Amino acid sequence: MIAYYFQRLIEIFPFFLKGLWMTVIVSCLGLIFGTIFGFIMGVLRSQKIRLFNWPIGIFVSVIRGTPFVVQIFIVFFIFPEWGIQLNAISAAVLALTILGTAFICEIVAGGIKAVPKGQWEASASSGLSIVKQLRLVIIPQALRTILPPLVGQYVLLIKDSSVVSVIGVVELTRVGWLTVVRIPEGLMVFSLVGILYFVISYPLIRLSNGLEKKLSVGQISL
Amino acid sequence: MLEGFNFRIIWEYMPLFLEGLRNTFLISILSIFLALIVGVIACGGRLSRWKFLRGISIIYIESIRSTPLLVQIYFFYFGLPTLGIRIPEIQTGILALMLNSGAYIAEIVRAGITSVPNGQIEAGMSSGLNYFQRMRFIILPQAIGVTVPPLLGQAIVLVKDSALLSLISVMELTRCGQVLTSERFMPTEAFFTVAFLYLCIYFCLKYLADWSQKRLIFKETY
Repeated sequence: MIAYYFQRLIEIFPFFLKGLWMTVIVSCLGLIFGTIFGFIMGVLRSQKIRLFNWPIGIFVSVIRGTPFVVQIFIVFFIFPEWGIQLNAISAAVLALTILGTAFICEIVAGGIKAVPKGQWEASASSGLSIVKQLRLVIIPQALRTILPPLVGQYVLLIKDSSVVSVIGVVELTRVGWLTVVRIPEGLMVFSLVGILYFVISYPLIRLSNGLEKKLSVGQISL
Repeated sequence: MLEGFNFRIIWEYMPLFLEGLRNTFLISILSIFLALIVGVIACGGRLSRWKFLRGISIIYIESIRSTPLLVQIYFFYFGLPTLGIRIPEIQTGILALMLNSGAYIAEIVRAGITSVPNGQIEAGMSSGLNYFQRMRFIILPQAIGVTVPPLLGQAIVLVKDSALLSLISVMELTRCGQVLTSERFMPTEAFFTVAFLYLCIYFCLKYLADWSQKRLIFKETY
């Protein structure tokens, strides 16, 4: 029986690859937008401007303090009541973007705060405008602390994108869920799903660890 | 935006929400304790001298860390019955949460133990302390201070992760929101209440984590 199911599973393997592709697209879009907005918000947050600091702080706490499933339900069920019509995929991308923004904002703000104050003063007294200070002096140094957790955050986003299956986006987890109805071999089907996730996230985890080692060694030698 | 917000319905469903909150609480507390045990064992395996134990622990930790929790939950939910094991959903959920958090806790504990400088261990050895004495008097007192704040962070993650159990119909907080949505079609009331209750838990744990960060981490005095 198991051999038969295994045969069936191989037959519908392309379906899994489609799911994997959807996972990659949804999480890539989420993390690209999340990185952009997260950087902007993180830079604003590190500036200690009261006008921005409060709303960003509340936003970050609310997103970090609630489960992603609840956020997805809010985006998918409640936004339409406020007149924002979304199909499942764009709701998924929006929810992932919001999640990514909140977490990346904290990472970026932390990285910028870790740059010694003297760097700010030196670049200010060299007559650079604040944008140039950030672009030429602060952010290149902050990247050293930002990059490893940022890649780690990408892994978390890819994994969180599995939750998107609850609103009917046919990505990898949803494919597994749909398959297990027809091929009642839960261990086999979800092992396959797990392996496919492993294939994307494990290299990223290794990259994050590698970056951490490489960049922190540089810091000691400073 | 929220002019039609119906507090009466929330009040009416309050007993349900409180029951959900209680279940979320119980599930999280039970899982974190079990995960602590699993984590310490896995960490022991990870640091052990035997290649076999080390190999198994590494496979366990890495495979958990690079697959989404939802896939793990489905793996047990659909997989255990095919092995002939039938347990209630809530136990399946706790099993999945326990194994998931256990892997992360193993890494946290390992980071804590390896954060103790080698010189300390060598000093302990040359003072004639045996392995258990070194653990008891030198390594653990220093490691625990470093470990507790990230453990509380993991507890926060676990409370949020327990929301995913709603997808295998465990009656916890998020599930209550889904019930209210399907019975009365009031997603706004339902999910904002759920989010609010999660935020309450989050802020309590966050306060604890910040406090422990301040109190427990040894300041470098030299």
